[in-house]
Amino acid sequence: MPKIIFLTSQGERREIEAPIGLSVMEVAKHNGIDIEAACEGSLACATCHVIVDPSWYDKLPRRAEEEEDMLDLAFGLTKTSRLSCQILVSEELDGLIVTVAGS
Amino acid sequence: MEETVPQVAVIGAGPVGLFSVFELGMLRMRATVIDALPEIGGQCAALYPEKPIYDIPGLPEVAGAELIERLKAQAAPFHPIYRLGQKVERLTKIENGWRLKTSAGPEIEAKAVIIAAGAGAFGPHRPPLEGILGYEGVSVHYMVTRKESFRGKRIVIAGGGDSAVDWALALTEITDHIYFVHRRDKFRAAPASLAKLQELSNVGKIEFVVPYQLSALEGDGRQLTAIIVSDLDGKTRRLEADSLLPFFGLATDLGAIASWGLELQHGHLPVDPATCKTSLDGIFAIGDVVTYPGKIKLILCGFAEAAMAAHAIFPLVHKGEALHFEYSTTKGVPST
Repeated sequence: MPKIIFLTSQGERREIEAPIGLSVMEVAKHNGIDIEAACEGSLACATCHVIVDPSWYDKLPRRAEEEEDMLDLAFGLTKTSRLSCQILVSEELDGLIVTVAGS
Repeated sequence: MEETVPQVAVIGAGPVGLFSVFELGMLRMRATVIDALPEIGGQCAALYPEKPIYDIPGLPEVAGAELIERLKAQAAPFHPIYRLGQKVERLTKIENGWRLKTSAGPEIEAKAVIIAAGAGAFGPHRPPLEGILGYEGVSVHYMVTRKESFRGKRIVIAGGGDSAVDWALALTEITDHIYFVHRRDKFRAAPASLAKLQELSNVGKIEFVVPYQLSALEGDGRQLTAIIVSDLDGKTRRLEADSLLPFFGLATDLGAIASWGLELQHGHLPVDPATCKTSLDGIFAIGDVVTYPGKIKLILCGFAEAAMAAHAIFPLVHKGEALHFEYSTTKGVPST
């Protein structure tokens, strides 16, 4: 099973097994990672904001327009910001590193 | 039913809170419904009024706002009292029930409380800028009640959606200068509004500050003197301004619920799935705010929880009375 590495801004690091097909947000929620996902992945908020490690950013499919629209409502955006509900786990993303924004 | 003093307080006027008025009403109980927003409808009305919902039983497709209208009509025969634009601050145990203190209006006494708070009370999405709380209400505003108060001022409008665009257009004549800060060069607004915005920018009445994000505030703690913005490369600009209007949508805050002495698990209220009772007697919870083994966050599940909570509340309101149950097809509903 692919693994995703979650970092917090306090320097915590957790390596989590991630079933293929779940979103990174779901993986976080199922494993007690402190991430808010107010709209439960329906692209109606920006609270599941994560900062993707630069070495992984280009391996992700591009942001859709709806994700860009919701990112307009987020704070502290970076060049590698994504909404974690829009990143789906695949074999290719084994080892993906993300930092929970605002953590 | 209009003459009865409401016996149950429902916290949250989203779809599930509204349906609980119906379920309570069918068991001869009247409700006061409290909500932080000035309009009923919760997330359906606030976040997706025009989006179609496909999973409401019996309704193959219904827009968020339309669902709320239908629920409001379904609740109407039971004459709920709506207390809108106020948040419940404190719950105090009294004999045979609870007393609720809200942020506006008289205290409410109820034999039972149903918490249908969803993801929490809606409020403006606050930029995490140091000191912003002190500036709020004086020089940081999330809505405009009086355009006149911005006459001759230099203001910063931040955000990229309709609210930001509409207010920039509305305030351009009255203000001295508008800085319009947005993280990218695409704005989400009606084409006619965007065209007008561009015209105003061309003649220097509105200055686009793009692609920038809010970074810091300068001032004496209450009155702003400047707003610092930064781009994705860390480059900053200092915008001298008197007021900041951030338009970043709504955010939810479970806030006060955490202070009422209820057991909470990761921001949710654990309840007995058979009755929807919380850890405190006389307080029930339904909808997205609850957790129990197998809980799914669907409106339809909240509807079912509303029925169960109403049945569990019956003995608290109609003490000693047996619950003679009749289906709505037999009993009917009162005429409005």
